Amino acid sequence: METLSLLADGFAVALTPNTLFLAVVGCFLGTIIGALPGLGPSNGVALLIPLAFSLGLGATESLVLMTSVYYGAMYGGRISSILLNIPGDEPALMTTLDGYPMAKQGRAGDALVLSGVASFVGAFLATIGLMLLAPMLARVAFLFGPAEYFALYMLAFCTLGGIASNNQAKAAIAACIGLGIAMIGLDNSTGLPRFTFGELHLMDGVDFLVAIVGLFAVTEVFVFIESHGRSSAIGVTLGKITIPFRDIGRSMVSMLRSTVVGFVAGILPGAGASLGSFLAYMSEKSLVRDNHFGKGDPRGVAAPEAGNNAAAGGALVPMLTLGVPGSGTTAVLLALLLTLNITPGPLLFTERPEVVWGLMASLLIANFVLLVMNVPMVKIFVKILTVPPWVLLPMVTMISFVGIFSLSGSTFDLLLMIGFGVLGFFFRKLDVPTVPIILGILLGNDMEDSLRRAMTISDGDPTYLFSSWIAIVLWVAAVLGFVAPMFLRGVLKKPQAVTD
Amino acid sequence: MFKTVLRRGTAAAILTLGLGGAAMAAECIAPANPGGGWDFTCRSIGKIMFDIGAVDAPIQVTNMAGGGGGLAFSHVVNERNDDADLIVAASSATATRLAQNAYGGATSDQVRFLGAIGADPGVIVVANDSPHQSLTDLIDAIKADPSSVTFAGGSAAGGFDHLKVLMALGRAGFDDVRAVKYIGVDGGADAITQTIGGFTQAMTGDISEVVGFLKSGDVRVLASFTEERIPGFEDIPTAKEQGIDVVAVNWRGLYVPKGISDDDYQKWSDALAQVGASDAWAEQMAANGLAPFNRVGDDFQAYVDGVIGEIQTLSREIGVIQ
Repeated sequence: METLSLLADGFAVALTPNTLFLAVVGCFLGTIIGALPGLGPSNGVALLIPLAFSLGLGATESLVLMTSVYYGAMYGGRISSILLNIPGDEPALMTTLDGYPMAKQGRAGDALVLSGVASFVGAFLATIGLMLLAPMLARVAFLFGPAEYFALYMLAFCTLGGIASNNQAKAAIAACIGLGIAMIGLDNSTGLPRFTFGELHLMDGVDFLVAIVGLFAVTEVFVFIESHGRSSAIGVTLGKITIPFRDIGRSMVSMLRSTVVGFVAGILPGAGASLGSFLAYMSEKSLVRDNHFGKGDPRGVAAPEAGNNAAAGGALVPMLTLGVPGSGTTAVLLALLLTLNITPGPLLFTERPEVVWGLMASLLIANFVLLVMNVPMVKIFVKILTVPPWVLLPMVTMISFVGIFSLSGSTFDLLLMIGFGVLGFFFRKLDVPTVPIILGILLGNDMEDSLRRAMTISDGDPTYLFSSWIAIVLWVAAVLGFVAPMFLRGVLKKPQAVTD
Repeated sequence: MFKTVLRRGTAAAILTLGLGGAAMAAECIAPANPGGGWDFTCRSIGKIMFDIGAVDAPIQVTNMAGGGGGLAFSHVVNERNDDADLIVAASSATATRLAQNAYGGATSDQVRFLGAIGADPGVIVVANDSPHQSLTDLIDAIKADPSSVTFAGGSAAGGFDHLKVLMALGRAGFDDVRAVKYIGVDGGADAITQTIGGFTQAMTGDISEVVGFLKSGDVRVLASFTEERIPGFEDIPTAKEQGIDVVAVNWRGLYVPKGISDDDYQKWSDALAQVGASDAWAEQMAANGLAPFNRVGDDFQAYVDGVIGEIQTLSREIGVIQ
């Protein structure tokens, strides 16, 4: 009950006409930012920090605006995933796998509404979890050392094979290419640069947004040009827009399970929303019976969206209670708090309750605003599909270029992005899935760092990797995730390719 | 992963220029993502400069992460060398990397160091249940068995957090630097988390990174690398008191392009000095665990040159550079 009264205080802070207006503005901007390829939630928030300062907003107002943008971008990322097969940001990567096939079947509206509802369920429950459990959950971070993190990443990579291709070997090759790209940059364990060729731009490695936009958006352009505009993947048929109650009902269990998976992944610093949506998708794929994941299964849309939005909420746990950001966006939010002279850490909940509960209240507000805003807006979004591809593709390309240029303000990233586009084109021809490449880039660095740290701590003793029960459980899950599909394949029907 | 994610902070500046139309305002480049020390330097010093009237227009903060500050450094040297409306955040890390030739051949004389008006004292921290009660305890344990202690820090191997440990051990007569175990994680808070979790035995960082955990009783600070005890933390002994003569602070300051006129340099150093003397800055320092550290103008340039020389000698000694 104490929680409720604290939350009521939070609402008193957050529910003024002014802040409500900011929440609506933030949610709208966030949705747009999330939907644009090359601009993700962390850009969205970083982009608006200076705006908050120049508007002279107070601490609570700034927080409301930023969290609205944060959640809004998490919702918005799915839109271009579903409509264009181009993930709007990295957590929306998994949504392309079933969202786009759904759109191709003329169910774009259904997919958008369903994913909107799934986003709401994931984000809403995660916010509740955050309110009730944050101080307790903070201790979870103390249980995860290098060995445990390494096992967690191994779990992700072991389940990767069945993700997106008939051909396990091609998925494995793709993942290895991604891992290879992740090795570029400063080696954290020695401080020495690797594969940078003396190029300062490569010192921090390859930004995965550059890779995503290159491999998805730019590749799409090349395919379009090659076929003289005939075989573009863009340009799907438009169905009637109704609320797909049946799909929502059928996916509810998937949403709830994915929320839990995503939330837990979010709590672990370093795992974040991308891993959350990935694990949610993969676990649903193996748990749901007679699914057709990869071919436009509504549950394949609901699971990653619930997962990544829940992870977004979960990532706030270590950020608020330890000052350790669990994702790129929470790192930017942490920056915002610091500039507002609020230092997240173990004492935040006791020393600055008004901030914490104001934030919680604004998260809840943002969620409801987004649900109300997103469902009717689907009608506007699907209008994008009526734009002919020869108009739409150049526009998406231009937006991608602007988005990527804004990362570092250098043309180097643009060239790199085009390079990825060419690479993606050949992979498309060879039927090599690109999603594992992105996951390799996203997770490869952290996986390597975990292993190297574990080896430093243990003086190179490999048994250290299995030295705690958490690590052992994760390893067992990883081995099962790797081996199980090989046996199940004979029993269940063959997984189908979705790369097209 | 976070490092790359955060590079997108730059988006902020570029798009806000468009949004706000803050056309000709002076610019402060934070060569890192929002939230780090450099970002803090730009935002707080820039804000106070405008608030107290030391500059006429608000200062626009640009985040230009990359190459541990190297990208911003080469940007300033190559493209903005005579831009009088530009200041760039710097710290001990800047000096360390210049000393270790980590900026792709760039050298410290390619810019002008303007001044530092605060410093984050270096500390060595252990979990509350650690058996080590003092810095000398910890060092004795390492001397007895170097593999028994792993340090966690927020900088990569060879970075300032790592060097501090090696300096302390060197002063205590332990020279086998390759036997000292150090893991670089994503920032000070992460390093503390690993130490509280018992995965590493000690954390090396700055006092501002540990304040929350210190107050909550999760950690103990064994020593600060300062001349005097840190104001506000008088119960933390200095390393010097414990017989280990190391002073290592992470100063927060600025540099400007080499090609600007002496008048412009003077204008900026006056503005910085005014911030250093302001009450608002004193409050900021107190809130962020910074200790006073005032060196502005040519005095500071000389200090930085000295520090770089010192780090070069040390890095060579410990084998980080040839």
